[in-house]
Amino acid sequence: MQTGSAAAMITPDIRAWIGRTEAIGPLEVSRREIVKYAIATEQRLAKYLRGDEAPPMFLYGLLFPVVPLERIGSDGLPQRALLPTLPLKRVMAGGTRTRYHRAVRPGDVLQGTLRLKDIYGKDGSTGPLLFVVYELHIETLTGELVVDELQTRIVR
Amino acid sequence: MPQLETLHVGAQIPSRVFTPTSVSLFLYNAAIWNSHRIHYDEPYTTGVERHPGIVIDGPLQGDWLTQIVLEWLGDDGALVEFEYTNRQASYLGATLTAGGQVSEIDSTNRTVSLEIAIIDSAGVVLTPGHAVVKLA
Repeated sequence: MQTGSAAAMITPDIRAWIGRTEAIGPLEVSRREIVKYAIATEQRLAKYLRGDEAPPMFLYGLLFPVVPLERIGSDGLPQRALLPTLPLKRVMAGGTRTRYHRAVRPGDVLQGTLRLKDIYGKDGSTGPLLFVVYELHIETLTGELVVDELQTRIVR
Repeated sequence: MPQLETLHVGAQIPSRVFTPTSVSLFLYNAAIWNSHRIHYDEPYTTGVERHPGIVIDGPLQGDWLTQIVLEWLGDDGALVEFEYTNRQASYLGATLTAGGQVSEIDSTNRTVSLEIAIIDSAGVVLTPGHAVVKLA
């Protein structure tokens, strides 16, 4: 049961976004992109440093929005398509839970969907908080499962 | 590689210390194509978003947690599930330690669960996480 001021911020217009989806990809994975990620994250395993296989969280970068400069805000963040206008503005990472089905390698072509699973409000000790929950599903172009992920973003 | 027969709940996995620099943070954000100014523009970060310093990316800390698990696991197993939460921000200049321990062993399915975390030099848990691995 939702009570209090945070819950009241979830208007019918905002609620209407729940269930909307965004198509992802197809995205082609290159060895050079894996190697850059592996070096920047201080990986030690040779398979990652050579780019033979992508570290598990490489997908976080692969899926980061690449948009024209005019669609990047003054904070430096890209405008996201699958997010309604909310009365609170500061978006922070919450938790992420990922199930890994298959490793990602150079030459893989990935596609999937991002689904806005839920939006809800809670009154925290520092004020109202909004939670935006996404469900990410990624597979290869040939239908092999790659990851399923649940992401929570906190807006305050 | 860890042997299921000799593992026990509470066994520590080797930890790693990370001291990100402005160069390593720049390269990470370039690699993932993240232009959020809190990771490279100090006047903006402290003046507008009111952080005490340049912010170390939360997902980068998540990546470090996967690394200590994968380095402990070796090549004959696989990461099946991974969960992390960025509970508290940390800032350029911090020394962060990734560590963890075995929390559950399922001999039938050959899976091992681990509780892992990034802690700062004062021992504060910044990014707790949970991983499930399957041994070959």
